[in-house]
Amino acid sequence: MHLVTAKIQLSPNVTRLDLEARRIAEIRQPGQFVIVRLGNGAERIPLTIADADPARGTIALVIQAVGKSTRELVALEVGDSILDIVGPLGHPTEMIASGRAVCVGGGVGTAVVHPIAHGLAERGVEVISIIGGRSREWVIFEEELQRLGQVIVCTDDGSYGRKGFVTDATREVLEAGGVDVVYAVGPVPMMRAVANLTRPFGVHTIVSLNPVMVDGTGMCGGCRVDIGGQTKFACVDGPEFDGHLVDFDLLAERLGTYREFEQQASTACEAGSCRVGLTRPAPSLPVQP
Amino acid sequence: MNDPILPLKERMKIDRQSMPEQDATQRSGNFLEVNLGFTEKMALLEAQRCIQCKEPKCVQGCPVMVNIPRFLDFVVAGDLAGAARSLFGDNALPTVTGRVCPQETQCEAQCVRGVRGKPVAIGYLERFVADWARVNRDAVKIEPLAATGKKVAIAGGGPAGLTAAGELVKAGHEVTVYEALHKPGGVLVYGIPEFRLPKQIVEEEVERLVQAGVKIENNVVIGRTYTLPELRATFDAVFIANGAGLPVFMNVPGENLKGVYSANEYLTRVNLMEAYALDSDTPILRARRVAVVGGGNVAMDAVRTAKRLGAERAILVYRRSRAEMPARVEEVHHADAEGVDFENLVAPLEVIGNDRKWVTGLKCQRMELGEPDASGRRSPKPIPGSEFVLECDAVVVAIGTRANPLLTSTCPDLKLNRWGNIEADDSGMTSIPGIFAGGDIVRGAATVILAMGDGKRSAQAINTYLQTS
Repeated sequence: MHLVTAKIQLSPNVTRLDLEARRIAEIRQPGQFVIVRLGNGAERIPLTIADADPARGTIALVIQAVGKSTRELVALEVGDSILDIVGPLGHPTEMIASGRAVCVGGGVGTAVVHPIAHGLAERGVEVISIIGGRSREWVIFEEELQRLGQVIVCTDDGSYGRKGFVTDATREVLEAGGVDVVYAVGPVPMMRAVANLTRPFGVHTIVSLNPVMVDGTGMCGGCRVDIGGQTKFACVDGPEFDGHLVDFDLLAERLGTYREFEQQASTACEAGSCRVGLTRPAPSLPVQP
Repeated sequence: MNDPILPLKERMKIDRQSMPEQDATQRSGNFLEVNLGFTEKMALLEAQRCIQCKEPKCVQGCPVMVNIPRFLDFVVAGDLAGAARSLFGDNALPTVTGRVCPQETQCEAQCVRGVRGKPVAIGYLERFVADWARVNRDAVKIEPLAATGKKVAIAGGGPAGLTAAGELVKAGHEVTVYEALHKPGGVLVYGIPEFRLPKQIVEEEVERLVQAGVKIENNVVIGRTYTLPELRATFDAVFIANGAGLPVFMNVPGENLKGVYSANEYLTRVNLMEAYALDSDTPILRARRVAVVGGGNVAMDAVRTAKRLGAERAILVYRRSRAEMPARVEEVHHADAEGVDFENLVAPLEVIGNDRKWVTGLKCQRMELGEPDASGRRSPKPIPGSEFVLECDAVVVAIGTRANPLLTSTCPDLKLNRWGNIEADDSGMTSIPGIFAGGDIVRGAATVILAMGDGKRSAQAINTYLQTS
């Protein structure tokens, strides 16, 4: 059992949970993830480790409540616990030793970018963070990233920072020159846009992929992604890959495999039948559109 | 047991008892166990078919050398507790092997009764005795010898790891099993479906080990949570039994379309994650037409699972003919009876999808059998111009697995073969003293019982190693 030691609402639908997981807190490296399972019968959910406190033996997970399972997770309070946490999984982030890095975070992806930026800053790399959200209340991890270097905040509605997408700000920074590497984590369209943007500049771009996953150890192959025409398993070969080689269309399509199931589960959850289960309609999944 | 024990001549006249099973039509719509088990009367009759050979060949045919005539003799005498103690003394998981072993190529293939007629139903009798012990739990207890003070770590809680754990705890060692998933059992819980091996049985076997003192730590991935050298430094010996690992795909176009699963993923979702239940949190595509590629036990499990998930057509696509299928004969019969369609001598060329990247079909080619290949099986050769499209909404790839490098990559000193499997001698000893390995990570994809045999042999070797180190 893993106790929830702290809970912070970061944005309207993004929550940070600090959980006891001593071994993972001690050895995790930027870019790695865990798989959590709330209780018996619950789904296995892969989540990137946003932060860790080895002294306290806790890790921080930042969760966007999008479906039944994630909503159940963010409903936990301090003092509650999670049954299973396994990790740290995946390869640590490939870090440059010196120079200038741009870390682009979109929405909840900013939580994944944070440990990368932290790791880079620790090595003496100059970090420019470009983070975005719909409006001011959706911007997360700004303060933490401020401690590591320059931060450019972008909001879609201009309610905070500069108005526009993170890609606009990224373009300007690239045009100014001197960028050695770009790390981009966020929704698939954002990562695709950043990768397309950096390509003509010839700047190495690393993205963190979040495909559908079950075991996280390479056993199921559900997290298959196409990297430069080769099939890779995100859980053991990634989760970070060269953004210029990722087939983002395939990733986006595969992420939608269970959309209908998730919507049904989510509707049932809103109707108050979470964890009761039996009242949920049977998921019939027509495979044909 | 009331019936008198028959003289030998009479024993020869007894017909092999058939396994009672759930009706095929009924069972293809549920996940309950297919085989229902012998009654006591059937078991007594069947056990008497054993003529107690002086040099029993059946024992030689068993990878863990169960003394078959001995436990059958106890059954005949009506001493089921004695039978259970004899059986469990030889085989740590008889409730499992009695259900999943390919007896027809092992013990029963060697039975002299099979020369003229049918062999003794050793597997069914093993299951009967083991199931009796499930109800009569006190009859068989693991009684560890005096504590040795030695600590052994086992990486992997599947058949090899659990067998080794049982043997090592018996010898008085302190045993810790590290399991990567949230539940121990390995392929017994994520792979083999409920209708062939109820999960309750695996849970009971694990409980038996825990009661004997085995510590089980779930959610620990050796190679990630701890490296192999870290384990070696804290334990007196290590047994690696982390399984075969990575699913092999066909390497044909369209394999990443939505609706294409590895058998590992398909079965894990349904079994371990309980997606067969309609209220499960884990989704599974309940496709109308499912094509399963392969001819082994895993393929058979997947195609029969598809049927039970409501597929109108569950199709097995296999590139050789039925005679060459590596699956247990009983599973092939069961699949047939449940309405599985067999497309034999057919090889996939491409997975076809629509513009939204959903599977719509499997482009295939008909095959014919040529000369025997290295495995002794006649190799399939494509028939030119025989291409056709098999319409389906999901494809499950069950053509094998290869070694997972997750653990071995954290220990460069460990010698691997060219496929990435760990090199181990007959006793399971690897290139590093004190580190032993067995099961699929050594053999490549094999069977539960071979993994258990490795677990047993390695445990014996570890005992010897610990006494001399």
